[in-house]
Amino acid sequence: MNLMDTKPVTAADYASDQEVRWCPGCGDYAILKVVKNVLAEIARPRDEVVFVSGIGCAARFPYYLSTYGFHTIHGRAAAVATGVKLANPGLDVWVIGGDGDFMSIGGNHTLHALRRNVDLNMLLFNNAIYGLTKGQSSPTSPIGTRSPTTPNGSVEQPVNALAFALGAGAKFVARGADTLQTHLPTVLKRAHENKGASFVEILQNCIVYADGAFGAINDRSESHNATIRLEHGQPMIFGKEEDKGLVWNEKAQEFRAVALADTPEQQLAVHDETNIQRAFALARLEQPDFPVALGVLYASDAPEYAHARGFTAKRKPFDREALKSLL
Amino acid sequence: MTTIIDTRPASGAPATVVRFAGDSGDGIQLAGHEFAKSTADAQADFMTFPDYPAEIRAPQGTLFGVSAFQIQFGADDVLTPGDEADVLVAFNPAALITNLQHLKQGGLLVVDESHFDARGLKKAGIESNPLEDGSLGAHQLIRIDIVKRTLEALVSFGLGRKQATRAKNFWALGLVYWLFGRELKSTEAWLEQKFAKDPLTAKANIAALRAGHAHGETMEIAAFADIAGPARPNTAQKAKIISGAHAMALGIAAVAALAERDVLYCSYPITPASSLLHALARLEGGVKTFQAEDEIASACAAIGASYAGSIGITASSGPGLALKTEALGLALTAELPLIAIDVQRAGPSTGMPTKPEQSDLQMAIFGRHGESPLPVLAPSTPADCFSIMVEAAQIAVEAMTPVIVLSDAYLANAASDWIPPDVGALPGIVIPAQDFNGDFQPYARDDATLARPWVPPGTPGLAHRIGGIEKESGSGNISYDPGNHAEMTRLRAEKIDRIAARRPAVELDIACEDADLLVIGWGSTWGAITQAVAELNEEGQKIAHLHLRQLWPLPRGLEELIAKFPVTVTAELNTGQLAALLRSEYLAPIKSISQVTGQPFRVSDLKRNLLARLEN
Repeated sequence: MNLMDTKPVTAADYASDQEVRWCPGCGDYAILKVVKNVLAEIARPRDEVVFVSGIGCAARFPYYLSTYGFHTIHGRAAAVATGVKLANPGLDVWVIGGDGDFMSIGGNHTLHALRRNVDLNMLLFNNAIYGLTKGQSSPTSPIGTRSPTTPNGSVEQPVNALAFALGAGAKFVARGADTLQTHLPTVLKRAHENKGASFVEILQNCIVYADGAFGAINDRSESHNATIRLEHGQPMIFGKEEDKGLVWNEKAQEFRAVALADTPEQQLAVHDETNIQRAFALARLEQPDFPVALGVLYASDAPEYAHARGFTAKRKPFDREALKSLL
Repeated sequence: MTTIIDTRPASGAPATVVRFAGDSGDGIQLAGHEFAKSTADAQADFMTFPDYPAEIRAPQGTLFGVSAFQIQFGADDVLTPGDEADVLVAFNPAALITNLQHLKQGGLLVVDESHFDARGLKKAGIESNPLEDGSLGAHQLIRIDIVKRTLEALVSFGLGRKQATRAKNFWALGLVYWLFGRELKSTEAWLEQKFAKDPLTAKANIAALRAGHAHGETMEIAAFADIAGPARPNTAQKAKIISGAHAMALGIAAVAALAERDVLYCSYPITPASSLLHALARLEGGVKTFQAEDEIASACAAIGASYAGSIGITASSGPGLALKTEALGLALTAELPLIAIDVQRAGPSTGMPTKPEQSDLQMAIFGRHGESPLPVLAPSTPADCFSIMVEAAQIAVEAMTPVIVLSDAYLANAASDWIPPDVGALPGIVIPAQDFNGDFQPYARDDATLARPWVPPGTPGLAHRIGGIEKESGSGNISYDPGNHAEMTRLRAEKIDRIAARRPAVELDIACEDADLLVIGWGSTWGAITQAVAELNEEGQKIAHLHLRQLWPLPRGLEELIAKFPVTVTAELNTGQLAALLRSEYLAPIKSISQVTGQPFRVSDLKRNLLARLEN
């Protein structure tokens, strides 16, 4: 291996030599492609980039990249990644997990990585099912999901990942979808730019156990009718024909979907990604009554954990002299 | 008041034991700690042990709210806090009746009689007043209304009754200082420093201390001054008082300095391990600390730190180690250096969180999923808690493995005098050189140690992937090949076995020609076993003592050593876990002395049990 080979520039340079083993048609392929493109665009040397994952289909992700990678244990990727970041804050650390990892067995670690604002890019691949263990209902499965563990349909209320993240005190909360190959990179680049915990839910289709779980959202031809692409400072307009919008009801603290034909444009809500109340409301917009909110729902500056703790490159190493003064 | 009392210790032993007992809000631990400092200043050898309840402030005067502190000191090596007290200071009826069992027959009993009214007796659940009913006849009783005396001493300070009463622990301490001919100066200086922002409180406590001391002179009792020995030789450096927890914290700091690597210490609050995190958090800058959201996260963050090139350390007690076991499996198969500390307590489950036990031994050695051997060490004294951390770190980085260190609630809290090591003379922790000559494989192994290379992210040109899935030997790529798994399992085990070859061979702590019995202990019981064996041998018995600091892999020469003795017995604070381990490893007929009372061994109990083994 050439020791000087540290400046890859194309997406292909971020691919490892390992054969990708997801099911044909899995949404993870689409996400892998986007991530490689984004890494090439960021152009950070791959030796300074680390992907830490938990367990599940999504968690195989690090094996397929040429960066440093650590495939850990179920649910604990955020905790391991926190240790990586505290040890070496200079690294670019990404956390990959599914809805089991982030929202079920590792829900506690998601909560605390977010509230501490550890500088991690946390990508939740939400496919609303346990894939690798053969199709059990997951904490994000809709009520009524039939699965080997819920043969009569699940009765559990699914968790809203973004509302959870906001509730945990996350300072960067965004959503994308696997098939939206021009939209998702913009979200991931924003997540990477944010210094602190960046939480991105990627709606990902499991073609084997939960095909179509997100309906039209990740159907490229219908997506614009089922989603709204948020842009800071822009009026909230959606629909394939850009003929619908959202209006904010201040009193009720909720959005209302309207037809632009009936509503003057100045009445439309303008997206303010620093507004936490609206971010909660956006996180909860659901089909079929509302478009699902995509893009950056919430972003606000806050001290990043490792720096707040003083664990920076400037930190003086602890040496024998220092030890002597302690004893 | 004129009381003439014979205060010579009943046993004539060369060491003295003092025990303070009162409400958990009475400042017992504080008074005890000051007495220990004064003992260090007097250059006596000593060992202390706090015996306190799990409740923070149980209702006043109740039996379950009693907090006690015991210290043994003397001119010679003092190895335990002592079986029985020569002097017991009891602040209320509950403290008296729960602690009387710890006082020697004929011992000196100082009782604050202020709470021996109907209300105080009722809280302690007794009907008859022991000060009046003759039940204390076996002891030398001194009754003093310490509250009243303290209030009298502080009358000029204009404090409220409640505030003035708080100084009663210093009044009693002053009396005990007088008993042992101790100087008041260093405690006075400490009070002035401690209450620098509140000089009135400092002065009031000092006044109480002096009043208690002056009261001693009026009592016409012979002082104990001749019992605490003179200075030990060669003590150019002043001894510090060190608890096991404090020594361990300093040992962790030493790991950072001697390895020239950052340490990330990750922990979740749990008794009795929390004091380590407190101590390290105070050493700002020395060690990075991380209070995680749970036990699992603390293990995982430590693993992440080790993966990234720091030395990750995680600590807990038994229930927490149980939660960390999956993560230990990852560290073990990812082959990363890591230290997991278990400050053992009486279990299972919540058990008795402040009480010591050695019942996590087999969990430490065997308690993981899959074939997952890892090294297990146990320090034997508070001071050894320093050295063991440096040794654990050396093993971890040299063999690229997690290492478990077994302390316990006794070792963490017991304190003794300690001369810190010469930092310049301490050997460095050697991290093997990583030299690949352009041929890097994440799971290639060192010929001698079988360790894989440690290549943290950020290392140019060597990006690679690792994980918990079985890896192909060499490349580290995912492998489900049957032969490869068998080979990797063998390599992981042999790597741990080879650690024993690089470590010292087994050596007796007390050698004895033609011994009739070998007693093997491990961990915190070293002092009690050493004392018991030394006393029995002085009395004409022939017993050898071996104390294991390295529980896995077992040290070189152990099997041969055991074979030399007609009878081998383990002494442990569990139901015989080491005995079972040695039997299964060596097919040797190991006998067992075990105790699971949540208390450390008493020397007298050990002696009786060892004698019984000799007679069998």
